[in-house]
Amino acid sequence: MIPPGATAIVGAAESTEIGKVPDMSSVGLAIDAAANAMQDAGVTAADIDGFTCGYFPVADMSRQLGIFPSWADNTVVGGCSWMFQLRNAIAAIHAGYCNTVLIVYGESGRSTRRLGQSGDAGQKGGTGQQFDMFYSGGQAAATFTLPVLRYQHEYGLSDEDLAVGAVSQREWAVDVPRATLREPTSVDEVLDSPMVAWPIRRAMCCLVSDAGGAIIVTSADRARDYPKPPVYVLGTGGALEAGVMSPAGVREPLRPEFIRTSGEAAFSAAEVTHSDIDHLMIYDAFIHTPIFGLEGLGFVDYGEAGHFIAEGHTAPGGKLPMNTSGGGLSYAHTGAYGMLCMLESIRQVRGEAANQVADVDIALCHGWGGYWSACSTLIFGASAP
Amino acid sequence: MPHPLVPVPTPETQPFWDGCNEGVLRINRCRSCGDAYFPPSLICPECSSTDVEFFDASGDATLYSYTIQQKPLALWGNDSPRSVALIKLAEGPMLTSSVINCEQTPEALQLDMPLRATFTSFDEVTVLCFEPAEGNT
Repeated sequence: MIPPGATAIVGAAESTEIGKVPDMSSVGLAIDAAANAMQDAGVTAADIDGFTCGYFPVADMSRQLGIFPSWADNTVVGGCSWMFQLRNAIAAIHAGYCNTVLIVYGESGRSTRRLGQSGDAGQKGGTGQQFDMFYSGGQAAATFTLPVLRYQHEYGLSDEDLAVGAVSQREWAVDVPRATLREPTSVDEVLDSPMVAWPIRRAMCCLVSDAGGAIIVTSADRARDYPKPPVYVLGTGGALEAGVMSPAGVREPLRPEFIRTSGEAAFSAAEVTHSDIDHLMIYDAFIHTPIFGLEGLGFVDYGEAGHFIAEGHTAPGGKLPMNTSGGGLSYAHTGAYGMLCMLESIRQVRGEAANQVADVDIALCHGWGGYWSACSTLIFGASAP
Repeated sequence: MPHPLVPVPTPETQPFWDGCNEGVLRINRCRSCGDAYFPPSLICPECSSTDVEFFDASGDATLYSYTIQQKPLALWGNDSPRSVALIKLAEGPMLTSSVINCEQTPEALQLDMPLRATFTSFDEVTVLCFEPAEGNT
């Protein structure tokens, strides 16, 4: 097992602009974010010997950045790919394969229809293309959301209570200058927004944005030599369950095993418990995913998370601050939000978030990928144990 | 060129698609452990045996959960709202499909309602759908 705090994030940045960036392709956003992360860490390409990027041919991207890595990874599991890559990177560093890894992400999800990036979950003859996509046209809002109605039915969660999640996250976003949606909203406004795929309304769906992000991770002994305070990686988890285009492959859709597996691995490695978590990010591709995350990770029992959010516990002033950037619903969501999700956790631990929560010593970030096929859990700390 | 969302069979999945063309729900079963599974594969996801076969399933199923998509794929031929559903087959597997031949409303689509397999043909493909099992024999 890798000891908690054996590695740390020493560089972290988003692309200079996010939201609507019409003059950049996915490649441009990735390189811009990589440059910003290297500047944040006070390093150049010569200081990087490990590299991952996910949505680009890894050698093309490393060469453009002038990086000649001795270790590379390009795990692609959808939106949480960069979280999986971080998990792989800390293992590589711990194994001695490399010292310092740059993890790069960019996605022009809005303006250029993902120009310059690779990765297509709906490739001809794939199981998703054959058995899932025809029914929904591949529309995530109609497919990723399929467990919602069953959840509402089993646990008595009303549409009104479900809608609170979007309101709570907007309350956070109001104070975040880079968030796309900053006007306060209400349960009525969420329920009055256009129906996309009953029971899912538009305000329950993530944004479609352009953004890049990058992080630099190195060993804890090196991390002290960088300009920013290290954000230690205390524990990580990851797991796969369903196929990529529908939750049909999740064996128990209301008690998904892959969430529990990922969360338990992260808590165990970090040697912390739920009460130690000061700040939480749960990737909100749609309004329901934080509900399933809170339950699967064990913050509340199965069937309780919808009401937990409706009672305001994750909103500003609540006991468990969650998705403090505004999340995918209000901040930005490119298509694959995992990097942006992680970056808010890192900002909170550094103490430099727009909506800084007081005294964040330990933060947990949980992301999804490929609809509900993959998830990853990361626990970050301001200090190493 | 076919629409990119028209399913493209592989040699491994062809028997399922042949079944669709014959009006039969043909899925896999493991000869070793007896597990029925979907989507088609050369290996049993339950016990890892490769001693697997296709068989004609009953077509009986229930409605586990669903959404009603407001702007369906144009291939479906009209633009009225349509269900996208998680269907639980009587033999065990869960799959993605649509419930057709009934009103596409929350009132008509009740969770756990009994369904049966049916097949819908388009220019380029015949796909598996489900319809209410009661009062429609």
